[in-house]
Amino acid sequence: MPDTPGKNAIEVRGVRKVFGTGEAQVAALDTVSVSIRENEFFTLLGPSGCGKTTLLRLIAGFDFPSEGEILLYGSDIAPLPPFKRPVNTVFQSYALFPHMTVAENIGFGLEMLGKPRAEIDARVAEMLKLVRMEKLAKRRTSQISGGQQQRVALARALAPQPKVLLLDEPLSALDYKLRKEMQIELKRLQHETGITFIFVTHDQEEALTMSDRIAVMSSGKILQVGSARDIYDRPAVRFVADFIGETNFLDASIDSIDGGKAKVTLKSGATISATVADGFKPDGDATVVIRPEHAKAVKGKGDISGVVENVVYFGTDTHVHVKLDDGESFTVRQQNTRGAMVEFERGERVGIVLGDDAAQILKD
Amino acid sequence: MATAAEIEKQAEAREIRNRWYLSAPALIIILLAASGPLLIVLLYSFLTPGPYGDVVWKFSTEGWVSVFLERDIFDDTLSFASAHLTIFWRSLKLAIMATVATLIFGFPTAYFIATRPERTRDIWLFLITIPFWTNLLIRTFAVLQVIRNEGLINTALINLGVIDQPIQMLYTDFAIMVGMVYVYLPLMVLPLYASMEKLDFRLVEAGYDLYATRWQVLKRIIFPLVRPGVVAGSILVFIPAIGAYVTPSVLGGGKNMMFANLIELQFGQGRNWPLGAALSITVMAIVMVALLVYVRNTSGSEVRHG
Repeated sequence: MPDTPGKNAIEVRGVRKVFGTGEAQVAALDTVSVSIRENEFFTLLGPSGCGKTTLLRLIAGFDFPSEGEILLYGSDIAPLPPFKRPVNTVFQSYALFPHMTVAENIGFGLEMLGKPRAEIDARVAEMLKLVRMEKLAKRRTSQISGGQQQRVALARALAPQPKVLLLDEPLSALDYKLRKEMQIELKRLQHETGITFIFVTHDQEEALTMSDRIAVMSSGKILQVGSARDIYDRPAVRFVADFIGETNFLDASIDSIDGGKAKVTLKSGATISATVADGFKPDGDATVVIRPEHAKAVKGKGDISGVVENVVYFGTDTHVHVKLDDGESFTVRQQNTRGAMVEFERGERVGIVLGDDAAQILKD
Repeated sequence: MATAAEIEKQAEAREIRNRWYLSAPALIIILLAASGPLLIVLLYSFLTPGPYGDVVWKFSTEGWVSVFLERDIFDDTLSFASAHLTIFWRSLKLAIMATVATLIFGFPTAYFIATRPERTRDIWLFLITIPFWTNLLIRTFAVLQVIRNEGLINTALINLGVIDQPIQMLYTDFAIMVGMVYVYLPLMVLPLYASMEKLDFRLVEAGYDLYATRWQVLKRIIFPLVRPGVVAGSILVFIPAIGAYVTPSVLGGGKNMMFANLIELQFGQGRNWPLGAALSITVMAIVMVALLVYVRNTSGSEVRHG
């Protein structure tokens, strides 16, 4: 990943975090380095146990790195306790104080910073307006709904005007519709406040729709950092392609490589061209990755062929599951349109046409 | 024909009646065992003392008068019973001090246990309850061995050359305090632990995250949330402490009497059962009022916002 101009809000340099001792030692983070730019909506994406929450907790100060540095605008904050870092967290469980009202919760951080009462009151009012909770200021946090608690948690973390806001899967407890609303709300808040957001999630859709940049993590390592487009269209490794969106994997042997392009022969004997990921020099066998929407099922001959196993209707699009002649499974996604629809039946022989640039060769 | 609403109403009434029938045995036992003896004590306080203890069945308010006033043996005039007040004041002072001391020692102890991994918490709790296995009298004598002039502390200090003369700790209010704190500490730790175990430690992290220092987190987040445990623990320690009998009689010697010892004296050597009964009811009433005020004040904010 190229280092970019512009200020970095957070720089993580060679951070390792080891839990336990001796035999039971587990490296939750294995020498992670990443730069997060100012005013960026940055997402740490990965399956549970990949180390994304550990990294967030290290930045917040709830845990301390075993090795490495964490720089906030150039100064190392790794050894500081959480209450000395200008960084606030929105917790997965919200962690609102049950013995305080909504307004008291929002004002808590400012109060602890020793701000004068008038300033606190003004800021709390401003925050209540920002998250549209003015009417519920005097309520206890147990007397408001989950979505409202979420807003209070956001307002509480934003009130002290942190340099960086950390969000630990804040939307996971909400139902689908509310989650969609809050995704837009979060983007709006980030835009209006201009604060750097670091967002942790295991939900790829959430990550793709909200983030300026995404870091995909697995087993304590960052595999790829890039924009949603980069990650989806040009996955650096097989795990990223597999984790983000749906993907077809086909075994192939490489005939020739020229620059970023390769000619490969699939097991079925078909020869197709594929792009090769940057800095990857495959030899002999390789795995070819093809997104379902970059392939098209046709009646008649295509680049590869097989038999329709199942057709699943999803409203906006239809997934056609095909068993290829060499025995592998392949999924094609076609957009549904009124009228000109090509219908497929189970058991029907189909050809699959692969678009240009559809196939990519990736590192395992 | 009864309407559906009427049938429902009848069923509800039957339900309530059944509840009363089912709880009747328990209610009867509570009524007899708790109120019965109290009523007897109340009755005795209005009778005349017998010559060899016991009571004579003749109405008299002398017992109640003697709680607060003293009758001069020679000229029969009444004066204020300052001895009773001194003893009561000492009991109250020691009980409050013991409650505060157990809170100071018990709070970190309970916090320590509540923050251990789940597997080891039971072991710590078990260790806390071990002193309960031994008789109170034996435990009190053990404390006596530690603090007496030839005891563990004084011997150690003399041998180390810190002091020349033993420090007089036994037969002082301090000795009673030490004994009570030792004996009642588990009664404070257990309810404190019970409410700390329920504490969501993510709230503590949230506090640190919002710039609260350790002391502020303790004061503003942990303490308000475990207040039910603090109230329960304080009551559990305060009540037996103000009525303590064994500890002051072993460690306080004869001169540092507490209220329970005074009451015992009236039923024993004093041969004045009505006075003993009146003293018992007086202390009970004062403790009840004190606790009501305490509970009202410490949990007031919770009730208001309920």
